[in-house]
Amino acid sequence: MTIDMLNQAIQGALIGGLYALFAVGLSLSLGVIRFINIAHGDLIVLASFLLMSLSGLLGLSPFVVALFMLPLAFAAGYWLQRLLLQRVVGESVLPVILVTFGLSIMIQNGLLQAYGPDTHKLHGGQIEVASVHMFGLFDIGFFPLAVFFTAIVVIAALDILLYRTSIGARIRAVADDPAAADLIGLSSGRMYAIAMGVVGMTVMLAASCMSVWTNFDPAIGPSRLLTAFEAVVLGGLGSLWGTLVGGMVLGIAQNLGAQMDASWQILAQHLIFLLVLVLRPRGLFPKA
Amino acid sequence: MSGADDEPLRVEKLNVYYGQFRAVHDIDLTVAAGEIVSVIGANGAGKTSFLKAIMQQADRAEGSIHAFGLNLRTMSTPQIVAAGVALVPEGRRLFPSLTVAENLRIGWEIGRRGSITLDRIYSWFPVLAERRDQPARRLSGGQQQMVALGRALLANPRLLLCDEISLGLAPVVVGQLYDILPKIRAEGISMIVIEQDVVRSLAVADRFYCFLEGAVSLVGRPQDANRDVIMRHYFGG
Ligand SMILES: Nc1ncnc2c1ncn2[C@@H]1O[C@H](COP(=O)(O)OP(=O)(O)O)[C@@H](O)[C@H]1O
Ligand SMILES: [Mg+2]
Repeated sequence: MTIDMLNQAIQGALIGGLYALFAVGLSLSLGVIRFINIAHGDLIVLASFLLMSLSGLLGLSPFVVALFMLPLAFAAGYWLQRLLLQRVVGESVLPVILVTFGLSIMIQNGLLQAYGPDTHKLHGGQIEVASVHMFGLFDIGFFPLAVFFTAIVVIAALDILLYRTSIGARIRAVADDPAAADLIGLSSGRMYAIAMGVVGMTVMLAASCMSVWTNFDPAIGPSRLLTAFEAVVLGGLGSLWGTLVGGMVLGIAQNLGAQMDASWQILAQHLIFLLVLVLRPRGLFPKA
Repeated sequence: MSGADDEPLRVEKLNVYYGQFRAVHDIDLTVAAGEIVSVIGANGAGKTSFLKAIMQQADRAEGSIHAFGLNLRTMSTPQIVAAGVALVPEGRRLFPSLTVAENLRIGWEIGRRGSITLDRIYSWFPVLAERRDQPARRLSGGQQQMVALGRALLANPRLLLCDEISLGLAPVVVGQLYDILPKIRAEGISMIVIEQDVVRSLAVADRFYCFLEGAVSLVGRPQDANRDVIMRHYFGG
């Protein structure tokens, strides 16, 4: 392996941090509420546009705005679940897919109306150009490192929330058997809403990193969803750390694919995904 | 009549439906303070549907249900538990991936504060203390039933509803579970004990109701009841 390829692989692994940030929320809603939120990518784009408006208005860095917005993001996720998604949870997957698909289209068109079709990118300040010289061999951008670190912190925090707190135990109880929970007086609807509130917070954090890292426009949500979905499935449904590894595998595949031919970047991502799925249908770290 | 503040349960003209099918038929049933009431009946007699209706978990119910003077028909299940009515559901219904301790603690968190603590449950069922960090799915059936009973007790209920706690368990294990009932009663907790096993159930009860095809076919005191009469009202015909 040449130094250049090694460099590309490391950069790709760091992109995995960004993918993992997109994907942890999806992983949570799949693992806990057992539903596929087709609008997950669009919610991230919606949050990105909100950050753009607010950081423009207040003259603050999008990262700072995102941190202040976290409680609001929790409330948005909580009420989205309570008022809309809860009505279709349970019976079968089809109503959930239809409703979140509708939500996806509404968000895309709403953003198109409000902001127009143009592509945007937010400015993160100095952090975007700073880099670290590593092993005397190559420069690693400070921002990708910070995003990767954020992904690790977010996943560790979710891990603690789910496995070390009483609210986490209640969320897992509802994931195990919502009907049993309701029967004994642990309201599954309320726990789902709390879980969705947490998903909302991850959406906000993902949006702040994505909107500074890459371009976004009102229609880009579905392609974000696809990558996030691949990361979740690659890592193994319900495994948060698996989602991070899944994101890294996708990022590395993209960068090494691009090394061979620029047109191979996305193809390599999907090929690796299919390959792993053939070899390990339940993902890299399946939950028991 | 809505029932006095200290009356654990007063059910009047209760009907429970699944679609067009009426599973529970005009049932009247009361539990007095400190009482253990046994509900017996064959499979499909409507016993579980009756308890589900008390917890407001039936698809559709009609009639009146009061506990401690509260109208349960206007309350949510979490509110009912917080008011002091807890259910040990049929089939145990533990959370399989959660540990024994986590399953038990959920009962404590959703319930009322009171004298029944985690330590007391562990002293009643020492085997649960040994296995507290194991996932519930790894326990034997009897141990799982202990967790289900403990989870309900940790809510510190004033009225405990037990749905077939002996189902599928070896007689020795059933004996261990039933040995706990006097301790529960000593806490001042009233109980409805549902069983298909008539002998076991009548042995602990102050009063019994026999359900047949969704309706009450016989009410009485165990000491007054003739075995043949009970069997006729249990199986019908
Ligand atoms: N979810 C359900 N849907 C339709 N019918 C049901 C349902 N649950 C119970 N039943 C019917 O209601 C009747 C009473 O059932 P159940 O309350 O479970 O009786 P028991 O607990 O005494 O065995 C039975 O005929 C049963 O088939
Ligand atoms: Mg039953």
